[in-house]
Amino acid sequence: MEKEIIQFTVSVYTENNIGLLNRISAIFQRRHINIESINSSASEIEGVTRWTILVNMTEEQMKKIIGQIEKQVEVIKAYYHTDEETIYQESCMFKIKSDLLFDERQIQNIIKESNARIVTVNKEFFVLEKSGRRNEIELLHRELSAFGIMQFVRSGRIAVTKDEMKITEMLAAFNN
Amino acid sequence: MIMETLTVKQKQYLKQPKERISGSEAIVRCLLAEGVDVLYGYPGGAIMPVYDELYKYQDKIHHVLTRHEQGATHSAQGYARISGKVGVAMATSGPGATNLITGIADAQIDSTPIVCITGQVPSHLLGSDAFQETDIVGISTPVTKWNHQITKASEIPEVMAKAFYIAKSGRPGPVLIDITKDAQFEEFDFQYKKCEGIRSYNPVPKVEDSKLEEAADLINNAKKPMIIWGQGVILGKAEEELKAVIEKAGIPSAWTIMGASAIPTSHPLNIGMVGMHGNYAPNVLTNECDVLIAIGMRFDDRVTGKLDDYATQAKVIHFEIDPAEIDKNVKTDVAVLGDSKESLAKLLPLLNANSHTEWLQKFKDLYAVEFEKVIKNDLHPIKEGLTMGEVLNEINTQSKGEAAIVSDVGQHQMIACRYAEFNVSRSNITSGGLGTMGFALPAAIGAKMAAPEREVVAVIGDGGYQMTIQELGTIFQTKVPVKIVVLNNDFLGMVRQWQQLFFDKRYASTEMTNPDFVAIAKGYYVNAKRVTKREELSSVVEEMMQSKDAYFLEVCVEKEDNVFPMVPSGASVSDIRLE
Ligand SMILES: Cc1ncc(C[n+]2csc(CCOP(=O)(O)OP(=O)(O)O)c2C)c(N)n1
Repeated sequence: MEKEIIQFTVSVYTENNIGLLNRISAIFQRRHINIESINSSASEIEGVTRWTILVNMTEEQMKKIIGQIEKQVEVIKAYYHTDEETIYQESCMFKIKSDLLFDERQIQNIIKESNARIVTVNKEFFVLEKSGRRNEIELLHRELSAFGIMQFVRSGRIAVTKDEMKITEMLAAFNN
Repeated sequence: MIMETLTVKQKQYLKQPKERISGSEAIVRCLLAEGVDVLYGYPGGAIMPVYDELYKYQDKIHHVLTRHEQGATHSAQGYARISGKVGVAMATSGPGATNLITGIADAQIDSTPIVCITGQVPSHLLGSDAFQETDIVGISTPVTKWNHQITKASEIPEVMAKAFYIAKSGRPGPVLIDITKDAQFEEFDFQYKKCEGIRSYNPVPKVEDSKLEEAADLINNAKKPMIIWGQGVILGKAEEELKAVIEKAGIPSAWTIMGASAIPTSHPLNIGMVGMHGNYAPNVLTNECDVLIAIGMRFDDRVTGKLDDYATQAKVIHFEIDPAEIDKNVKTDVAVLGDSKESLAKLLPLLNANSHTEWLQKFKDLYAVEFEKVIKNDLHPIKEGLTMGEVLNEINTQSKGEAAIVSDVGQHQMIACRYAEFNVSRSNITSGGLGTMGFALPAAIGAKMAAPEREVVAVIGDGGYQMTIQELGTIFQTKVPVKIVVLNNDFLGMVRQWQQLFFDKRYASTEMTNPDFVAIAKGYYVNAKRVTKREELSSVVEEMMQSKDAYFLEVCVEKEDNVFPMVPSGASVSDIRLE
């Protein structure tokens, strides 16, 4: 188990600081590990940033890297989780020629079935947005490719964990 | 609590009302508030406002002009290593800042508390490829414990306070603070408050009683326990606690290079150095002990050799302040997190008194083998050429083990660490983790300034000496009385040894045509002598040790001697070679 390469979602709570992206990504770079995706956002706590990093590695390696991340002065806490332990999503956007929306009936079906949402339509193009699992997004991408995609973009993974992460308590403990 | 530990001078600073001063003056005032009495550096455009303030404050703080910024970092390191205080280095932007990097990387891997301050181009020019602009925060990120760029004077007090706190707390390390020139000129209301904690940073994990009990249980039931301690004991000021543990439980105890001198060399349970050129007994018996107790050390590959064959028979206990070190290289059975002083003090009452006489005898027997094969010939050679070992032996005799030995990197370093005798902790100052040639001369300057009462002897190879030889200028200008011994074998000896052993003696670029080192030292008005014969050695070393001034001694040693024992890289520690 420890030696098998699996996909992990890393959640890191940090202070909001210039340069922290550099510090965290350097930890992976130094060990020649590719970051599949990285996302930085606000968290449930005011003033605390939350990073969601997707990586593939062994659990043994993952534990060591979590240690290195937590060692950074401005990192409050880092966790790693398997897919089963999180609820996760990605989001994507397609820019497609508007003609197709009217000429190709099938596109309308695809949009309906995939639960994608039309963000905007104008004379030249329309924009489609979809959030979901990677395989759903890939399926949609495959289906739309046949008609021609002007632009495609997909976000990094974001995830919440099924278990609690007691950051507020940790920060409160510091103030006492 | 904190207030009580401050000096009167420091309290004065805290009580002062807000004053309107410039950013550059604030930097100097922060240094004073942190108790800095000396710093090392080199001026240039982007840091000139701070130098102007240093000029005004020169009766309170001594700025030492090194001859290269790398020298400034190593001097700051030497200062920190011998004293436990934070060393400070300063440089201008661009090339001044990049010249600090080697020393910063060295301090990072050897956990040395230093604060480096760099000037930066004015904030409106950031990112414009301005003259002498480098992204020093970006460049130094992977080799600093923390770094930060200041663009507003008002940030200075808080950031400087954090810098010192982070550098010295928990597992120490280097911090770099980059300050734009406009922030140095800007005026603001200054008030300083020491940093007492950072919410995202937990420098000293709590010692868990249950872990201590598990550890004590393993130790009390061990038949063949062995301790390996590292610099964590010195950094935690836990020398006395370690000694008490060792003596009560009767455990043979070895040290890593970075841990050397924490326990006197002559202590009966001190069984010598582990690692690539360590002693025979502790290396071989690492693979025979039943409980291995690692204290404030990080299982570096130079210590462990081939990991798959490292102490696989033993239960491993790891006392460590940095959670990231647990299971990093060697899987532990019991990890005791926390400060070494606290955990060893709490461990002591849980231990049964013991004396592992038979087990200790094994170490003595193997020492006898090493003595016959190696040590005797190193320390008391009968061949004509001088050995590095006999020079160290002579220094030991004359210093009576009281000197701090600052070594560079290479064969002479291994010889110095193997043979130097230490009665006092913090006496082995060397570049362990990074192996930085050029470290010793500037580090010795810093060490001697931090501990003027101590004899400081730099032991350097002819190669490494020439990497920072310009610091002779600093020695001449400051009159710092360091003793410099160059063990000249006209080779990059350690690399030549590997070429001999592993590359069929193809001596690619390791032979050195050297200058007249004595003439160079004299050119800097430093007393200097060269020794080429055994008969002269003792009297010249004596002259050096008696000298009240700086002294340079070149000893021409055998050109192609090798350092043994040796664990060839990739081999198991118990496959250590004696020849
Ligand atoms: C800055 C740097 N460059 C290269 C090396 C690789 N290196 C390790 S030991 C050594 C030879 C050192 O020679 P010298 O200073 O003469 O000491 P000796 O081994 O002869 O005692 C070299 C080149 C290093 N450690 N540091």
